[in-house]
Amino acid sequence: MEGAEPTTPMGVPLYRRRWRRFYQHRRGYYSLILFTFLFTLSLFAECISNDKPFLLRHDGKYYFPILFSYPETDFGGDFATEADYLDPYMHELLDSPGDFMLFPPNRYSYDTINMGIEGPVPAPPSGANFLGTDDRGRDVLARLIYGFRLSVLFGLSLTFIGTTVGIIAGAIQGYVGGRTDLFAQRFIEIWSSMPELYLLIIFSSIFSPSLLLLLILLSLFSWMGLSDYVRAEFFKGRNLEYVTAARALGVNNLTIMRRHLLPNAMTPVITFLPFRMSAAILALTSLDFLGLGVPPSTPSLGELLAQGKANIDAWWLSLSSFVVLVGMLILLIFIGEALRDVFDPRRK
Amino acid sequence: MSTLLQAENLEVHFPIKKGVFSRTVGYVYAVDGVDFHLNKGETLGIVGESGCGKTTAGMAVMGLTPATGGRIMFADRDLAAMRRYELKKLRSSMQLIFQDPYSSLNPRMTVNQIIADPMDVHGVYLGRERKDRLAFLLETVGLTPEQGRRYPHEFSGGQRQRIGIARALALDPSIIIGDEPVSALDVSIQAQIINLLLRLKREFDLSLMVISHDLAVVEYLCDRIIVMYVGKIIEEAKYADLYKTPLHPYTQALLSAAPVSDPLREKNRILLHGDVPSPINPPTGCRFHTRCPKRMDICDKVEPEFTEMGEGHRVACHLYTAESGV
Repeated sequence: MEGAEPTTPMGVPLYRRRWRRFYQHRRGYYSLILFTFLFTLSLFAECISNDKPFLLRHDGKYYFPILFSYPETDFGGDFATEADYLDPYMHELLDSPGDFMLFPPNRYSYDTINMGIEGPVPAPPSGANFLGTDDRGRDVLARLIYGFRLSVLFGLSLTFIGTTVGIIAGAIQGYVGGRTDLFAQRFIEIWSSMPELYLLIIFSSIFSPSLLLLLILLSLFSWMGLSDYVRAEFFKGRNLEYVTAARALGVNNLTIMRRHLLPNAMTPVITFLPFRMSAAILALTSLDFLGLGVPPSTPSLGELLAQGKANIDAWWLSLSSFVVLVGMLILLIFIGEALRDVFDPRRK
Repeated sequence: MSTLLQAENLEVHFPIKKGVFSRTVGYVYAVDGVDFHLNKGETLGIVGESGCGKTTAGMAVMGLTPATGGRIMFADRDLAAMRRYELKKLRSSMQLIFQDPYSSLNPRMTVNQIIADPMDVHGVYLGRERKDRLAFLLETVGLTPEQGRRYPHEFSGGQRQRIGIARALALDPSIIIGDEPVSALDVSIQAQIINLLLRLKREFDLSLMVISHDLAVVEYLCDRIIVMYVGKIIEEAKYADLYKTPLHPYTQALLSAAPVSDPLREKNRILLHGDVPSPINPPTGCRFHTRCPKRMDICDKVEPEFTEMGEGHRVACHLYTAESGV
């Protein structure tokens, strides 16, 4: 028994075994790959869907409208305002031989209004607008791409802030315990019973709506669920003997929390991450749907859904935004499921 | 022999709080006025049944549980008067070995990280010395340097306890306090760990303080033994004296309860009746009077003082006080 050689699978560090188990969870693994791919792609939305060309050649000179803004006068136009590259007038200006414009695959940005539409808006899918336009003549595909990016970024930041605050609050409560914990817990009980939605409606009528305001308001409430889990883990951990051992060595409290307690309290944190993120995205979407969210003209899935509801016969609005939203949430939930299984101590 | 560690009238009382305003309604008298000392190079044993305050006394000496009264002196200096950095330095000369080798090692750190942790905290054995030191410590406790890269769950209970001992040795302490250091192990492994402790004590010039409920363990390890009962010391003697001539009725009962390896030998069991009194409301007079087979009238009225019965042998019992004429 003493000095017995440990078996190889146990010799692998925990995180690597977990990663292997995650990899074996095919659905979750591919969801993560696909989600990461889509998100990375959407980070370059300006290169996929933009009303400014990558490259423009005029009179033997090269221009990069996607990076710099050029006044119309540079190309021989009348006004010193920025050139509108979709305007047929631009094509007339770029008439010397060798002139060309190289556009991204989709020639619209999220706020470009397609002036060339014949007939009423919202316009159905066509060669110019692959997924049609919304009720202001803006390209739906462009708004979906930018809206997806915004939703994911918003979800990430809200999850990050909520998780950080939740960990700190739970860690202090669990480690210090006693009166601090008692009062903090009562505060959380009162705070969590506040009607979040009413507060948001009140605030959005007082302040002008902005993404930052939404982020702050939602952050005020999003940390509470997690702090309970972290608190419980710290409570459990602080009386373990290796924590006493660390204290006997003279390790200060902050280091004990960081080195000895936090790593063992990370399981609920990580397991909840994808679910928290999908909840954050859904929160933003519902607020947008109600018109309490992001300011007008910001690309948003919720706003597109609301348009779909207002124009029920314009099926391309509701269908496309529905597919994007559900697809995104399903990917996150698949990732979350896989993570939950990986961290489940009962599944060896 | 010089005294390394001394506790004078050590008291640890835990307040019992009740109600919304956390009013203190009473105290748990976990350790209630205890004097003992640890000489350089000796092994002191503290025995007693569970709840008698022996672990609390050890924790108070380590500074992990604040003492509510009395003094703890380390090398003739009062711990309470020490500054923070001095206390931190002192930590390196006093180390703990824990009872449970499973919960005392962080499952997410490798053995090397666990043993190196104290060196990081105190900023010693940095750089290239670190590796040699880790290898030396692992070999000292009977492990191989290669095993340092593994995680605690890959080891058996005895090996884990060796890791815990290596961690305690990391800073070259002069005192090691073992809180039930072998009670969680198999009997066959217990002997190995006891022998390891005895060897390390010689090699590293250590003074040990062993807290245990197991008389056999204490018998093998200790030079001097303290018997505690409900927060008080009732008898203190050299190892040989205590086993040969236990004086206090409680010590006699305790020793008679220890298993003997010869099944044919006639046992003279002294059976005690009743339960251990609660340390919240300890009995008046002698704390043992509620269960004592040799109880006298005086026992529940007057608390017995220590009586010296030969060299280093003292007992707190009215059977031996001057008035009773012994």
